[in-house]
Amino acid sequence: MTTSHENEKEKMQTSVKPNSLASVAQANPAKVPGTRAMGTGLETRGVHAWFGKHHALSDISLDFAAGTVTALIGPSGCGKSTFIRTINRMHEFIPGAAMAGEVLLDGKDVYAPGTDVTKIRLQIGMVFQKPNPFPSMTIGENVLSGLKLAQIKVDNKDDLLEECLERAGLWSEVKDRLGAHGGSLSGGQQQRLCIARALAVRPQVLLMDEPCSALDPGSTLRIEETIRHLSDTMTIIIVTHNMQQAARVSDYTAFFLSDGGPGQMIEVAPTSEIFSRPQDQRTENYVTGRFG
Amino acid sequence: MTTTVAPTMPWKASPRERATDTAIFLVALLSSYTTVAITPMKGKLAYFAVFFIAYALLTAIFKAQQRGSAAAKDALVNSLVAIGAIVTVIPVISILATVLKNGLPGISFGLFTHDMALATPTDPLSNGGILHAITGTLLLVAVALVLSVPIGILTALYLTEIKGRFTGPIRFLVQAMSGVPSIVAGLFILSAVLYPITKAYSGLMGSLALTILMIPTIARTSEEVLNLIPNDLREAGTALGGTQWRTVAMIVLPAAKSGLVTAIILGVARIAGETAPILLLTGGGDKVNPNAFNGPMGSLPYYIWKSFNAGSPEAITRAWAGLLVLVGLVLILFTSARFLGSRKAAK
Repeated sequence: MTTSHENEKEKMQTSVKPNSLASVAQANPAKVPGTRAMGTGLETRGVHAWFGKHHALSDISLDFAAGTVTALIGPSGCGKSTFIRTINRMHEFIPGAAMAGEVLLDGKDVYAPGTDVTKIRLQIGMVFQKPNPFPSMTIGENVLSGLKLAQIKVDNKDDLLEECLERAGLWSEVKDRLGAHGGSLSGGQQQRLCIARALAVRPQVLLMDEPCSALDPGSTLRIEETIRHLSDTMTIIIVTHNMQQAARVSDYTAFFLSDGGPGQMIEVAPTSEIFSRPQDQRTENYVTGRFG
Repeated sequence: MTTTVAPTMPWKASPRERATDTAIFLVALLSSYTTVAITPMKGKLAYFAVFFIAYALLTAIFKAQQRGSAAAKDALVNSLVAIGAIVTVIPVISILATVLKNGLPGISFGLFTHDMALATPTDPLSNGGILHAITGTLLLVAVALVLSVPIGILTALYLTEIKGRFTGPIRFLVQAMSGVPSIVAGLFILSAVLYPITKAYSGLMGSLALTILMIPTIARTSEEVLNLIPNDLREAGTALGGTQWRTVAMIVLPAAKSGLVTAIILGVARIAGETAPILLLTGGGDKVNPNAFNGPMGSLPYYIWKSFNAGSPEAITRAWAGLLVLVGLVLILFTSARFLGSRKAAK
């Protein structure tokens, strides 16, 4: 663990200049898939998504090995968020939404008939772009709200509360005021509270939709540390517009792009490859800032 | 080495500016008196009208000289807004003052402990009281609340959370229902329930008519409140593995709690003083009747109506006292519900 911390410090120092992205990513070698014991992971097979007649996403096939962090990068409107929302079946809440393809969690399609959607969402947690703690609940109640919502009984709530807040990197800041309202925290703390809330139901996959876009650099750093720690026990997919963030936290990076039509996945590779030797010219243009 | 700096508020009016404001106020007052004295305009209203016009114009002229036409327009609009607010408040205060002045002589301890079973409105004030009317009104409102709060809030939930196929028509009907005259609601219950089914006056019949009047108010206000709850919270609840019902019950409704309390208060305000359906349906008993489902039920509006009709000075005083109690009751309901709602929200 000490070496990974040193790596992170090094990354923070080197990541100031955009052209150092490749070196940042290389200091962070990809995990070998399947080396961590937690299910067989998540795959998508030919996923398409529509909003009414608008074809938003075309033919995305990606493997997310257990225990890895995958960053989804690409310009706005290329379907990254839509894609992760098809994974935990939040896509279907938008009126007129449609999809095609398969999302396999441990080999089972989450869209198979007879699947219990709420069980799927317990296994695939989600952190949203804007921190959204429940306003009527205290900090402690917020963390445990998932258990209450899904009617899960646990023996020792206090231990779970401490564990989740600890893993989200928030425990030391809130342990003396667990009875305060979630809204009384700062933006970065609220987002970490939302991460703790997602962890309390013990998901196997965590989807993060631009979790740091509303936060200051200090809070962003805390959340990135949290992501690195969490990836020991779960599969993480993070949408980000911050390429340094992708380079710092992810093992794999997938580049999405829309050429006016539906969003497509242009390239996926270990993060160091994407930032040093991208195979596709469009990827290179985007990661080097020559896009457009 | 540290220099102490006294906090100042340079944006506040200086003593000189305040003196000018007072001067303008006094000049306006004086001009209103002289205008009323010289011209044939007479009455309290004339004083008010002349004073407001003079004050607004003087302020505007003064500001125009000081800071130009934009500041003058600003001052003029400011005065108009203030006049509007005052004109709105005057009738409310006037009503409250009249009710207090005329009602207080009729208020006594016995009023709250006796009913009118053994007294008539024309009796001396020491005889009888309005206990039956207070309990009746409270019972009528309570039964109407029990019926209309669940229906109203469930309707609002259908419109905001389920958004089913009938959302449009239901929203239209609820809006149309809020314009139904109360006598129509009363006649409807009379012809649809009282004559064909129960064939007897009772508190329940009155409450049913009040429910018809109360549901649209609660449903529409609740819908507006629920629409203000950010969709993020619903998504967060669903993404944590909650079913729609559990997300609504555990997250959406608690987040909207103080607004829903306001919706219920507005509903009570709509019906507490309602008279027409009560006259038609409750039978207006003079005896305390704790059973809302059987026997004639007195109520404050009915008592006021009956006393005014009796016509003697004692009866008129009784009516004013009843009015005072009704207004007081509504105010107490309001403040307590507000207090409960805001305390929960602030905690």
